Amino acid sequence: MTFTEVLMIVPGFPAVSIILWLTILSVVLYLARIPAHRAMITASNILHHGLRMAANSVRMAEKNVANRNKEVLLSTGREAAERMIEREFERISNAVHADLAAYPALQREVSEEITRIEEDYKESSEVPPSPPGWAKAVEAVAKIPSSGDSMVANILGEINKSLNKAQGKALAEYRQNSKCRHKLLGGMLPHWRKLLQVTARMDKNISSLLERSKAIDRHMDEHEQIMQRTDRAAQMLASSSMTQFFIASFVLAIAIGGAVINFHLIARPMQEMVGGSSYIIGFKTAHVAAMVIIFVEMAMGLFLMESLRITRLFPVISALDDKKRVRMIWVTFAMLFALASIEASLAYMRDILSQDDAALLASLVNQQGQVAETISNRWITTAAQMGMGFMLPFALTFVAIPLESFVHSLRTVLGILTMNTLRITAFLLRLSGNLFRYTGTALVQVYDLLIFAPLWIEKSARLRSGRHTDDKHALHPTAPTAEASMIGGQS
Amino acid sequence: MIHHRQYIAWLGLALIAFAGGCSKPQSHSQGVYMLIDTSGTYAGELEKAQRIINYTLGKLNPGDSFAVARVDTGSFSEKDIIEKTTFDDRPSMANQQKRRFREKIDTFVKNVHSSRYTDISGGILQAIEFLNEKNPGKKTILIFSDLKEELKKGYKRDIPLQLGGFEVVALNVTKLRTDNINPREYLDRLEQWRQRVKSGGGEWRVINDLERMEGILGG
Repeated sequence: MTFTEVLMIVPGFPAVSIILWLTILSVVLYLARIPAHRAMITASNILHHGLRMAANSVRMAEKNVANRNKEVLLSTGREAAERMIEREFERISNAVHADLAAYPALQREVSEEITRIEEDYKESSEVPPSPPGWAKAVEAVAKIPSSGDSMVANILGEINKSLNKAQGKALAEYRQNSKCRHKLLGGMLPHWRKLLQVTARMDKNISSLLERSKAIDRHMDEHEQIMQRTDRAAQMLASSSMTQFFIASFVLAIAIGGAVINFHLIARPMQEMVGGSSYIIGFKTAHVAAMVIIFVEMAMGLFLMESLRITRLFPVISALDDKKRVRMIWVTFAMLFALASIEASLAYMRDILSQDDAALLASLVNQQGQVAETISNRWITTAAQMGMGFMLPFALTFVAIPLESFVHSLRTVLGILTMNTLRITAFLLRLSGNLFRYTGTALVQVYDLLIFAPLWIEKSARLRSGRHTDDKHALHPTAPTAEASMIGGQS
Repeated sequence: MIHHRQYIAWLGLALIAFAGGCSKPQSHSQGVYMLIDTSGTYAGELEKAQRIINYTLGKLNPGDSFAVARVDTGSFSEKDIIEKTTFDDRPSMANQQKRRFREKIDTFVKNVHSSRYTDISGGILQAIEFLNEKNPGKKTILIFSDLKEELKKGYKRDIPLQLGGFEVVALNVTKLRTDNINPREYLDRLEQWRQRVKSGGGEWRVINDLERMEGILGG
C-alpha cells in the first residue's frame, strides 16, 4: 500500500478525499489555534527580544570602542601637538641663541656707527668765512673823494688790488674747506649702509621669531581644543589619521618594493657564503640570510632615526642622555655603512656569478663568441648594481618615518573600522529582531487564513447567540480573546 | 606552584616537538642518472646524448647529483659510470664542476666503442643503487636508448625493479628497422617498459622530441 493510497479516505474519489483532509486539517488547526498562536508569538518575541538585547550590547560595545578611539585620538593628537610646540620652542631657542645672543655686540656696533656718523656730521657742518676786520676801514678810505689827486687814486688802486687778492685767497680757502666737508660726507655713506644692513638683519630675525610665535599660537589653539576634548578636535584628528594611514601605507609599499629589489641583489651571492642547497623550515638558507641582512639594516635604520629623534617609536632611546644618544647615532651609522658596503660587494659578486653562469651556459651550447660580445659593456650594470647595493640600505633607513605614522594611524583606523563594523552589526541585529517580530504577527494572520471556514462558522454562531446574551454582555463586557491580548501585548 | 611547573614542562615538550618537526630533514636536491646506449648503430646518436647532458648540466643546481653511465653488455657495474658528481654548495664551485663534467663527456664521446649487447636493466639497477645512496629529494633516471634490450647468454635480469619515488624518462626512443615493418613491436616494447617501471612503483615518461625537454627537470 503506497502513501497516496493511505491518504485516500474515499478510494477512487481523490477530490472528495482532499476536501475531507482539508476539513480535518481545518478542524485540527482550529482546535489548536490558541496554543499555536501563543507558540508563534512567543517564539517571535523571544527572537525579537534576544536580538534586541544583542543589538543593545553591540551598541554599548560600539560606544566603548568609540570612547576608546576618541581617547586614543586625543592622546595621540595631544602628544603630536606637544611635540610640535616643543619643536617650535626649540627652534625659537636656537634662533635666540644664534641671532639674539649677538644682540649686545650688534647694539654696540650700531652705537659706534651712529657716533662716527655724528662726528663726521659735526665736522662737515659749514663754518662761514670770518669777515675781514679791515672791511670798515676800506669802506672809509673808499669814501674819501679822489678829486683828481693821483696820490689818492694810487692808494685806492692799491687798496682795490689788496682787496681783490684777499678775496681770492678767502674764496680758495672756502673751496678747500667745502672739498674737505664733501669728502667727510662721502665717507659717511658706508657707515649709513652698514647701519641699514644691521637694521635689516635685526628686522629679519625679529620677523622670524614673530612667525614662529604665530605657529606656536596655532599649535597652542589646537592643543587647547584637544584638552577641552571637543568633537571637532576628534573629527579633525580622525581625518588627519586616515590621511596619514593612506600616505604611510603608500610609502611603505614603495619601501617594500625597494626591499624586494635589495633581496634579489644579495640572495644569489649569499649562496656562496652559506651554501645553495641548505634549507631552513622549507626556505633556502641563502634567502633567509639575505632577508635577515635586510631586516638588520631596517632595524639599524630605525635605531638611527630614533637616536636622531626623528621618530619616537622606542621611548627608551628617546630618554637616553645626549652623550649616549650621539654614541648610538655613530654606532648605528657605522653598522649601516658596513652593511651597505657588504651589500655593494655582494652585488659585485652577483655580477661575477651571472657572468660565470652566462659563460657556462654559452659553453654548454657552444656560443662563446656571442657571450664575449655582450660582456664588453657589462661594467655599466656592475656599477649600477654596486651603487644600488650601497644606496638601498640608506634609503631603507627612512622607512622608519612612514612606519611610525603607519603604526600610530593604524590604531585609529582599526578603531574606526571596529566601530563601523559594530554599528552595522547592531543595525542588522535590530533589523533581524524586528523582522522576526513582524513575521510572528504575519504567521498568526496566515494561520487564521488557513482556518477561515471554522472561524467564519464561529463568528456566525456568536452573532446568533449574541442576541440572547446581549443583556449579559451589557452587564459584563466581553473579555478579550487570548490571541488579541497576546497580539496587543507584544506591541 | 606545581601547576606552574606542569605548564612549563608541557610548554617545553611542545617546543621540543615543534623544533623536532621543524628540523626533520627534507632533501630539496635532485639526483639524475643518465644511461647512454652505446650498442650497435645507436652509438651514432651520441651527439644528441651530449646535448641532453649539457641541458641537464645547465638545469642542475648546487647540491644536486648527476651521473652518466653507458649501457653495454653488462651495465650493472660502477665501471660503466662515465662521470658522476655531487655539485658543491657554492655556485662558483658547482660551475667549475660542470665544466669538468662536460670535458669528461666530450672525451668519452670522442673515444666511444659500440658494444654488442644492451643491458638496460643492469643499468637501471645501477642507477637505483646510486641514487638511493645519494638520497636526493627527487630521483630521475634518463634512458637514452631505443629500449631494445639484448642480454648476453647467462646474464640474469628478471629482477623486479624497486622504483618507488623514481621518475624514469625514456629519451629519443628511435624506431628500428623491424619496427618500421611491424610498428606493434615498437609499441609493445614501450608498453613492456612502462609496465615494468609502473609495477616497480615508478613514474614513466617518453620524450622523443628533444626540443620539449623543459618539463623533465624541476627548475
